[in-house]
Amino acid sequence: MTVPEGTAQTPPPDLPARTGRDWFFLGMRASISIPALILTAAFVGFAGLARETGLSLPETLAMTGLIWALPSIVVLTGALSSGMGLVPAALAVALASVRLMPMTMALMPMVKVPGKTKNWHLLIASHFVAVTAWVFAMRTLPDLPREARLPYFSGFGSGVTSFVFCMTGIAYMAVERLPDVVAGALVLLTPVYFLCSLWGAARLNVDKAAMVVGLILGPVVYLYLPGLDLLWTGLIGGTATFFGMKIVRKGLS
Amino acid sequence: MTEALIRDTWWWPYVMILVAGWLATDVWRWIGVFASGRLREDSELLIWVRCVATALVAGLISKLILFPQGVLSETPMWLRIAASCAGFAAFFMSRQKVIVGVLAAEAFLIGGWWLVDRLG
Repeated sequence: MTVPEGTAQTPPPDLPARTGRDWFFLGMRASISIPALILTAAFVGFAGLARETGLSLPETLAMTGLIWALPSIVVLTGALSSGMGLVPAALAVALASVRLMPMTMALMPMVKVPGKTKNWHLLIASHFVAVTAWVFAMRTLPDLPREARLPYFSGFGSGVTSFVFCMTGIAYMAVERLPDVVAGALVLLTPVYFLCSLWGAARLNVDKAAMVVGLILGPVVYLYLPGLDLLWTGLIGGTATFFGMKIVRKGLS
Repeated sequence: MTEALIRDTWWWPYVMILVAGWLATDVWRWIGVFASGRLREDSELLIWVRCVATALVAGLISKLILFPQGVLSETPMWLRIAASCAGFAAFFMSRQKVIVGVLAAEAFLIGGWWLVDRLG
């Protein structure tokens, strides 16, 4: 197994005495991390965009806390500024958010204690599913005891969300207009950070292959099928990789 | 028209945020929770689901680099691709430290941007 070192927090050794609440706070402590800082920087960029677009502070914060997925937030900002109607805006945001479904599907079996975890706990925790927390979870949770995973993930999620929420508000109030270079650099931060951490979170070769395929396929599909492009990239690229790697493995053995 | 009147009220943006933002986003997370109900952690089906999710996020990454929003879209595409590659290379050489990769990409972008401005 290749678990790269780096920003991954090493969880403390497993002691049977730890309760769910202990794990929640451990997760919260783990949220003070490089990924959280990078995400914060990306949201500072959004605060600048929101202010330029003419969104008020409460609106900006409501979007940050309620949506909690940067691409969808950017889409809704565009919709609000162009006076789009409710239904087209909802469709645009829904299209940008479809990706959260397979991500949640992949994460949930990992945090669930079969027959014990209540569905409404999972529904609440699922709100934290966004690339940062997802990548962190895929990388860290398998090393934790099963009972610890859901509280640890919830602690991490609420820690990051509250920190980013506060910093977005502060950035909105403090920064009138970002200089072009800073604003541009903040926009590039997110994809580069996703690029590195997604590779780090890939556990199997098939995950890495899927990532490379997605990187190449994404822009191509976007040019030919804009709108649902991300979903198609995932379905076509992921399925092709899955079966391709299966054939490769069969061929080798 | 009443529709225009509604759009001018203070609460209209919040209706937009609640319905077109929160609901349109969280509904996918909830569907994901229910759809994962019968998936086992080590099943082949889950490996496929993870492949789809990974390819999808990867697609988002290259889209953000090639077709960005705002001021970044004014930089040449080759500079953004080169900066991202430099970042990924630095990430690899630093034994997969994310922060090194991110800083290297940013340094490359800002340096390159400055040069392009000077020469162009």
